[in-house]
Amino acid sequence: MRLVLEKRAEHSAKMALLSPIIAIVLTLITGGIIFALRGLDPLAALYVYFVEPLATSWSIEQLIVKATPLALIGAGLAISYRASAWNIGAEGQFTAGAILGAVIPVFLPDLQSPLTLLLMLLLGIAGGMAYASIPAFLKNRFGTNEILTSLMLVYVVQLLLDWLVRGPWRDPQGYNFPKTVAFSGWQTLPSFQLLPPSVGPVYVNLGAVFAVLAVLALAVLMGRTLKGFELSVQGLAPRAGRFSGFARNRTVWFCFLLSGGLAGLAGICEVMSTVGQLQPGISPGYGFTAIIVAFLGRLNPLGALVAAFALAISYLGGESAQVALGISDKTARVFQGILLFYILACDTLILYRLRFQGPAASLVETRT
Amino acid sequence: MDYLLEALHVTKLFGALKANDDVTLRVKPGEIHAFLGENGAGKSTLVKMIYGALQPSAGEFRWMGRRVAIPSPAAARKLGIGMVFQHFSLFEALTVAENIALAMPGPFDMKALSARIAGVSREYGLPLEPSAVVADLSVGERQRIEIVRCLLQEPRLLIMDEPTAVLTPQEADQLFVTLTRLAGEGCAVIYISHRLEEVKRLCHNATILRHGKVVANVDPAEETAASLARLMVGGDIHVVRAAAPDAGGAVRLALSGLELEADGPFAVALKDISLEVRAGEVVAVAGVAGNGQAEFFDAVSGERRLADDAMIALDGRPVGRSGVNARRKAGAAFVPEERLGHGAVPGFTLSQNVVLTRHACDPQLARGGFVNREAATGIAARVSKAFDVRKAKPDPEARSLSGGNLQKFVVGRELDRRPGVLVVNQPTWGVDAGASATIRQAIVDLARQGSAVLVISQDLDEIFEIADRIAVISRGQLSDAYPAASLSAERIGLLMAGAHERRESAHAARA
Repeated sequence: MRLVLEKRAEHSAKMALLSPIIAIVLTLITGGIIFALRGLDPLAALYVYFVEPLATSWSIEQLIVKATPLALIGAGLAISYRASAWNIGAEGQFTAGAILGAVIPVFLPDLQSPLTLLLMLLLGIAGGMAYASIPAFLKNRFGTNEILTSLMLVYVVQLLLDWLVRGPWRDPQGYNFPKTVAFSGWQTLPSFQLLPPSVGPVYVNLGAVFAVLAVLALAVLMGRTLKGFELSVQGLAPRAGRFSGFARNRTVWFCFLLSGGLAGLAGICEVMSTVGQLQPGISPGYGFTAIIVAFLGRLNPLGALVAAFALAISYLGGESAQVALGISDKTARVFQGILLFYILACDTLILYRLRFQGPAASLVETRT
Repeated sequence: MDYLLEALHVTKLFGALKANDDVTLRVKPGEIHAFLGENGAGKSTLVKMIYGALQPSAGEFRWMGRRVAIPSPAAARKLGIGMVFQHFSLFEALTVAENIALAMPGPFDMKALSARIAGVSREYGLPLEPSAVVADLSVGERQRIEIVRCLLQEPRLLIMDEPTAVLTPQEADQLFVTLTRLAGEGCAVIYISHRLEEVKRLCHNATILRHGKVVANVDPAEETAASLARLMVGGDIHVVRAAAPDAGGAVRLALSGLELEADGPFAVALKDISLEVRAGEVVAVAGVAGNGQAEFFDAVSGERRLADDAMIALDGRPVGRSGVNARRKAGAAFVPEERLGHGAVPGFTLSQNVVLTRHACDPQLARGGFVNREAATGIAARVSKAFDVRKAKPDPEARSLSGGNLQKFVVGRELDRRPGVLVVNQPTWGVDAGASATIRQAIVDLARQGSAVLVISQDLDEIFEIADRIAVISRGQLSDAYPAASLSAERIGLLMAGAHERRESAHAARA
């Protein structure tokens, strides 16, 4: 008896949806085993991790706060990855967007009007795009591997941020803490009540609206437009893409500018709302986690929105597990890594099916 | 009479598909035994089982009367079975002797091996220089390496998978001498080929497969090519009728002084190619694989742009520096050699694949940047109907179609546009006889309706069937185009070997 992989005639639409669910179940089982090995009751630990974050209206609010950047970045990455443009540096583009947008509050704290808000958001997008254009240019001009360049540039811009907030941009009244002045007025994102107050006070900021709009726009782009068609062709069969008259260079530019711009928007939204100023550690790894969001969401913008919530739970769970169970919130990273591993493994089943095969029948060695 | 190899009731299942269904056949020592059949008839599956690369689902093999299992190619070689594959497995950067040494069991002594190689190659008329680097050798010479590699292991059964597909007529003749000689020494040969004349000339016995079953076992000498083809297809093949070409049509495709640099160490540069294709005619570019056909297609289609606009003109309009879509808009259509991944996206449905090549020249398909799915589905259905594309559901993914059906679709997708100029690379490569006939007829019909058709092909039978004029490409240089009726196979063979190449460039290519 042996287990064999058998190629399917067509890709299985059912498996494409089932694969992330199987992956999540396997992740929970593996997580339970890890908790058990640490001497914790696995079921109770998993409850703290994955159910408690959904229990109160405050935690729903936190969930949306965490899911917003994940969805914004993840949807852009999903599209890049569909076109085989491997932008791994969204974390850096997120930071670059935050830095460029922060120029206004740092240098012109008194510039206060609705236009300021718009200007900061646009600067954020521009910062992310500009930073993403470096790996795009290097790839098109010199054929460098964009996975490496985009990833390495993350650390460069993080160090730049560190230097800025400890040096030239530090708040003079900030008791030497490494941070800029606190953003205020039109330099922060307005928020509003999501549900009628009778249900529960759930505040969301404008960033969540941007995320939903971006996801919808990208879903239309991929599903209906010739541009989306081009991106899919480039990812599935680059040779056919050339035959179709699409230029690979332009696809790379498009993907990096799009995903970089969305990461930059996520970055500026984050510092204009949750964080409220520029400081080191403005992101708990959103740009990297969004890679998992993209894959868990089947490289589909709408899927990325759903996946963003799944990964947001893991962040919140990490925080509550730290409080309730006394384990490091870095376990969130462990869960995220295990999840990505299982998704990629389960995706094999989209094009292949598992079959048990009996021993090779009816042929026997020569009898002497 | 003792048989060397017997296959008894062998069945091979791939999922629900019966690739071989209750196949029984017998091969005698010293016999050249042809396996004939359309693509997908099960020839390759059968020889892969004999060579141990696949295991039968049911049935058994006997080797010299004894029941055997052949669990691996190594076991097959141990029994005395050698195989020369259609696609060679050679390291281009190594020498002939080094390549052969890699395949020999146990430690090796290069000097002794080189001597053995020289001996075997002399003895069997397979001239081969042991110290030559493979990258410098022609396809025919590379095939000789594979054959010598088998012969060194003194096989009792040699399997040849479409050996002449890549050879010039002269090289093929030489191969036949070698095979006849081997057979004379008692070695059996299993010979897979599509070329019926060849089988008639060379083989003592022919087993004909259709849909995985043995349908006949005949003496090919007593059959005609037509009767063999009938057995393979199960009906009379529709012969393409090439009506007399309308001489003096307008020039629709003109290449003048086309040049293209090689874009890699193993690519071919195109040198000073000039050719005119007129309305109403089919012009074929013959040649042995790897002589610049791929580069020629890329240059003509616009997938690689040229340095000078004047190098290519469509209906008198220079388009050398334009891309593939601009040329499509100017009325040209292109069908590349590779169906999956070039002509079509495997994971796309047929309607999406319609958009692939027609989004620029069919305004209804992409209006305002949005893809019109209904229009694409309509075109896919129309093409499928017109070209009898057989599929399991209305709009399947391209990868689920068989080679012949996908090729009919890929060709039909372009013909459906009624292009003024059609350029096709290998229109019926790896396609069964039925689909080939449909495709060839459609190509000829298009020309007769006033289009100019340029066919790049390595299949001489195909070329003589459909072409009005024939040019030959060799090392990136194109000969003049001669009327098909005035060319013999021998003359083409000479051109394929480079008779038209200019001297200095021939020197350059060897240097």
